[in-house]
Amino acid sequence: MKLTQIQTTAEDHRIAKLAAFAIALHLVEAVIPSPLPGVKPGIANIVTLYVLYQYGFATAAWVSILRVFASSLLLGQFLSPTFVLSLTGALLSLGMLWLAMRLPKKWFGPISLSVFAAFAHIAGQLIVVRLWLIPHVGVVYLVPVFALAALIFGMINGFITAKLLKHKSA
Amino acid sequence: MLNLRRYLKALNPKLMTPYLFVGDCLVLLASTLLVGYLFQTLWTNEHAAKVQIRLGDKIYASYSLNQQREIHIHGKLGDAVISIAQGKVRFAKSPCTMQYCVHQGWLSQAGQAAICLPNQISLELIGAAQPYDTLNY
Repeated sequence: MKLTQIQTTAEDHRIAKLAAFAIALHLVEAVIPSPLPGVKPGIANIVTLYVLYQYGFATAAWVSILRVFASSLLLGQFLSPTFVLSLTGALLSLGMLWLAMRLPKKWFGPISLSVFAAFAHIAGQLIVVRLWLIPHVGVVYLVPVFALAALIFGMINGFITAKLLKHKSA
Repeated sequence: MLNLRRYLKALNPKLMTPYLFVGDCLVLLASTLLVGYLFQTLWTNEHAAKVQIRLGDKIYASYSLNQQREIHIHGKLGDAVISIAQGKVRFAKSPCTMQYCVHQGWLSQAGQAAICLPNQISLELIGAAQPYDTLNY
């Protein structure tokens, strides 16, 4: 019997390493209790944003999607509503980052990108909640709360990313 | 003292620039305004205009909340008094034993209701649009 060897590149190793960081942060966050279900700091997104700045969009997308799949497997949420919400949020915020990274770098730093991504994240999740999980107009009552959380945590995460990037370049 | 100086140094806008660019400030400002707007439009409760009173399985009457009045209704147990004043309404008196309806107090927001099951009288506040009576998630 012959074993087929999978060829891995340095890029693959880097993605795996960064995704591991993101998964660790995701797991840490999963055990932190939240006052309101769904309001989470999303600290794993710091890794996504950092990778976007350091290695470009493709690597960031890999890290983000791998993180969603791997953490849901570790938490036993794979293919559950939580996983679908997580994936939708990740995909939408990646889409938003893909657009926002085109903004002039001189004026828009990681904080802007982080806030944009956080809004996209929560918008995607609320759309899924409205269409699938709670098909009721009452969901609109939750929109302001989640938007506020997205603003605050997006700002904090962006600030941490900016600090990390500065630390790296200094 | 040394700490204070360090804090002031950290607050120096020149040193802040690597973190917060002009665009970032605008983004944060716009987002804050957006969140404020969302709270304002989605979370304001409407003041009710009318009260609808039900007796048994029928609508007994509807009254405007603009006029002060006392309404005496003969329910299943006896006479109940509903009073309307200053855009608010309450059960002033009820012959029921638990007095839940009276303890509801003054109601003024659209969608609020006070129900007296033993006496089979209920009142519901009605605004321009019918709001939700219960939400859970």
